[in-house]
Amino acid sequence: MKFAVLRFPGSCDELDALGAALRVGDAELVWHRQRDLRGADAIVVPGGFSYGDYLRAGAIARFAPAMEAVIAFASDGGLVLGICNGFQVLCEAGLLPGALLPNVNLRFTSRQVQLRVERADTPFTGACPPGAPLSIPAKHAWGRYHADEPTLAALEGRRQVLLRYAPGHNFNGSANDIAGVCNARGNVLGLMPHPEHAVDELSGSTDGLCIFASMRLALEGAHA
Amino acid sequence: MPERAPRGGVAVSAGSAGSAGDAGSAAGAGSAAGAGAPVSEGAPLPTLEDALALGLTREEYELVCEKQGRAPNRVELAMYSLLWSEHCAYKHSRALLRTLPTEGPHVLMGPGENAGAVDLGGGVACAFKVESHNHPSAVEPFQGAATGVGGILRDIFAVGARPIAVLDSLRFGEPLAAGPACARARYLLERAVAGIGHYGNSIGVPTVGGEVYFEAPYEHSCLVNAMALGLAPRERLQRSAAAGPGNAVVLFGAATGRDGIGGASVLASAELAHGDDDDRRPTVQVGDPFEEKKLLECSLELLERGLLLSLQDLGAAGLTSAAAEMAAKGGVGIELDVARVPLREPEMEPFEIVVSESQERMLCVVAPARVRAVLELCDKWEVGGAVIGEVTATGLVRVTHGERVVGEMPVRALVDECPIYELHPARPRAPLYPAPRATLAQGASPKETLLALLASPNIASRRPLFERYDSLVQSRTVRRPAQADAAVLAIEPLRARAPGSAVPGIGVSIDCNGRRVAADPYTGTVAAVLECASNLACVGAEPLGATNNLNFANPEKPHIAWQLSESVRALGDGCRALEVPIVSGNVSLYNESPAGPIYPTPVIGMVGRLPDVARAGRLGFVRPGHAIALAGPFEPSPAAGELAKLRGEPLPDALPGIDVRAVRAAQEAVRAGVRAGAIASAHDIAEGGLAVALAESCLAGGLGARVALHRREAPCAGEPDHGGERDRAGEADRGGEADHGGEADHDGEADHGGERDHGGEADHGGERDHAGEADRGGEVALFGEGAGGFVVSGAREALLALGERTPVRLLGEVGGEALHIDLEGGTIEATLAEMAAAAASLEALFE
Repeated sequence: MKFAVLRFPGSCDELDALGAALRVGDAELVWHRQRDLRGADAIVVPGGFSYGDYLRAGAIARFAPAMEAVIAFASDGGLVLGICNGFQVLCEAGLLPGALLPNVNLRFTSRQVQLRVERADTPFTGACPPGAPLSIPAKHAWGRYHADEPTLAALEGRRQVLLRYAPGHNFNGSANDIAGVCNARGNVLGLMPHPEHAVDELSGSTDGLCIFASMRLALEGAHA
Repeated sequence: MPERAPRGGVAVSAGSAGSAGDAGSAAGAGSAAGAGAPVSEGAPLPTLEDALALGLTREEYELVCEKQGRAPNRVELAMYSLLWSEHCAYKHSRALLRTLPTEGPHVLMGPGENAGAVDLGGGVACAFKVESHNHPSAVEPFQGAATGVGGILRDIFAVGARPIAVLDSLRFGEPLAAGPACARARYLLERAVAGIGHYGNSIGVPTVGGEVYFEAPYEHSCLVNAMALGLAPRERLQRSAAAGPGNAVVLFGAATGRDGIGGASVLASAELAHGDDDDRRPTVQVGDPFEEKKLLECSLELLERGLLLSLQDLGAAGLTSAAAEMAAKGGVGIELDVARVPLREPEMEPFEIVVSESQERMLCVVAPARVRAVLELCDKWEVGGAVIGEVTATGLVRVTHGERVVGEMPVRALVDECPIYELHPARPRAPLYPAPRATLAQGASPKETLLALLASPNIASRRPLFERYDSLVQSRTVRRPAQADAAVLAIEPLRARAPGSAVPGIGVSIDCNGRRVAADPYTGTVAAVLECASNLACVGAEPLGATNNLNFANPEKPHIAWQLSESVRALGDGCRALEVPIVSGNVSLYNESPAGPIYPTPVIGMVGRLPDVARAGRLGFVRPGHAIALAGPFEPSPAAGELAKLRGEPLPDALPGIDVRAVRAAQEAVRAGVRAGAIASAHDIAEGGLAVALAESCLAGGLGARVALHRREAPCAGEPDHGGERDRAGEADRGGEADHGGEADHDGEADHGGERDHGGEADHGGERDHAGEADRGGEVALFGEGAGGFVVSGAREALLALGERTPVRLLGEVGGEALHIDLEGGTIEATLAEMAAAAASLEALFE
């Protein structure tokens, strides 16, 4: 299987995401001006500060030609993973509900966090070890997940919250401790922590690898 | 106007000025009237008073007139004043800097380029440099610090290296007490840290380490030094010398605005008197990391495609400095048409364009046939690019505005012929610094003292600072801040590999305890060099090269000159003793205010190599049951220690000498132990001494420890004979009568006056009056400071084996939820929770 990793001017973690994807499959970068997703089976919208993020995080990137292709890909049921700035872009693009607000401490904060996997029966979590929390770094200034009460209730009711900060780890003040949320159809996931920075034992944790492995599992199951 | 300054040079046309410079020997002639005599039409010539306001002395102004053969016009005066500033010309430090060791087997590029570089092996070069942005940060800490990071990153990619890491070295006033001074220290800290994070995080370069100290002498003169590292294929390292008359000079990156027009704003102000209502000339530059990220990618792709002949970033003094230095290094001339410089605001004066410090700009030299390809690549990266001039054979920097010549100066006069000043060092007879305010009650128990030290801002957890930084991006980081004494990065981004295959890496550290340098500029600086190398040893890295940033006060004052010259002498001696060449550096002088000088702060950054990052050392204890030992020739002393500061004691007038050779042997032993996997944790003993080092290893590992400091009771190993070099007479007699309280009389019999013999290997054996002779309650053993001590843990036999190379004393064992220290006079027991709470004292500043 093949991942495509988008690259905007101002992306920072695109090569990290590419490296993580390459550990479970094939992967290629897609420049923001391209509409061709190179025949990829899954898309990663990476972290960073797309176009400098001087307006509102992700607000410009959603209009990139490559994002038009991603929106079409997602509406056909393709798997799309948005990490950090990518999560913000997917919210701005309307592929995911809610929005990311400034952290409650109003500061960029970088911290290893523990995440609880809420469901293992999704294309993004199928390969995660059941019951065990994931130790993954988070690093952002705008990571406080926000949605209005009816939306939150609907998300919880449909079990769209796939990843939640463990007690004491929700430093950004996200509603309902939400760290990662998927769309109603279940093929688009956004999360603030960075699984691509927890894929090598030398970095201290390999817990993030299961997110990428899950996507591969889901796709190869589908192809089988 | 001085009588001797010739007035009103003859206005000439561009054409005739050109003929004046055509003589092939002009580049070599360097001075005396070769430059013709253009003036900007209609504008009055600046006066001596203008020159003084721009920072030149009367003598320097007269010399400029002599070099020009006439009075300089506004463009010329602005350019001379910048290039002849301390910042650009190193006129008070150049002679000293020449004494530093700059060569070694690993050096690929030494001082003089945008950054130095060492060979990591495998065809990979590591470029690195530290630079200060002290004065801008004191005015506007967020942008000052941010553009400091931006500037050092440009230095790295100007030599063709992709930046992979940033470290910072910060100094502020005391932050925790009440009152406006402390409030300002907190403001500067918070904003400078935010600025560093803003730039580094946004551009995708991890901030992997750093240091910060808080001392009253930095209250009015904060220090913000940033170090960056980058990697390049060896053969792609780029130099900045301009070459090839007829080649194009291309400016690319951001447009040029009026930001950062420093001293030259005096000239602008003269204009204002004539009715210009634009009365704000911001002198602090504003950074745009997004612009720089594009500039970085564009620069590296230009180099990768072989399109450039030379490349130089625009930093202090903007186009003036970049163009003149490129020309000087190449022994050529350069002609710039400022009318072709893309401007952010219209109607900028030529002198404003040449001195603007607008950020995110680069200057390059390109063969005419490649200009189109260069501009196309700029377009791809959405970076502005314009041909603004060409390389000439004239040996002149000529500035035109369209057809009009607005300035013409011999390159050598600008760059190489600034007067160099001799220092007149004199050792101060009276203390330069007032005693700090006491914050620890007399009679505090050892446990209270330990907790007070852990809470001291110089020792407390740096977590609230480094959490503001992305330390992980680029997937190289193996040891993050607070995991080890030095940051550790894999040379290649981490990727899937065969089990057991080695992953080569680099370790990097930046250090300087200014208080110790203030107490003793020579020994304090040697200690800073050693601490850097000790930190590398703790992760298993062998030092390859160093960079330094000399932050000092006004060198025209004899006492500061003494600090500077002693410190540079020590820097050279220390680096020679370790065989670590200095490949780059920077000098920041005049860091003082009416309240007094800063502590002399020669910040040292060191880069080393590890064969396999899987074996990189960590500072935290790893496993209950591991033995704990003190390794190295550690001889604790209360002199200039953190405890002395907490007690409000004045600085001593000297530090005990250091046996550099013995410290180096300890570093080698620890490094070998870490690399072999024999040592599970290693931590250099620094501020707060052994007890604080033990506490830090406990906190980092989340494990307690039980140790005994009874003298000579624990098993020892090693204590190698130091032969004839060291006379340890008196050491055994630690119960002597010497009084080490208050005034810390550490000189003993040694004569540390005037001619103090600190040269060479700094062999101070024999002259020492060892610390701790009257170690009341084991205080010096617990909290005394000195070089060459390591807290290590691991299997008992493995630790004892270190004794073949360096003294080792087993202290106890890892385990439990508290640090127990048994002393002759009692026990300290501090739980992990108590110590963590104490160490969290800086958290409150970021809430």
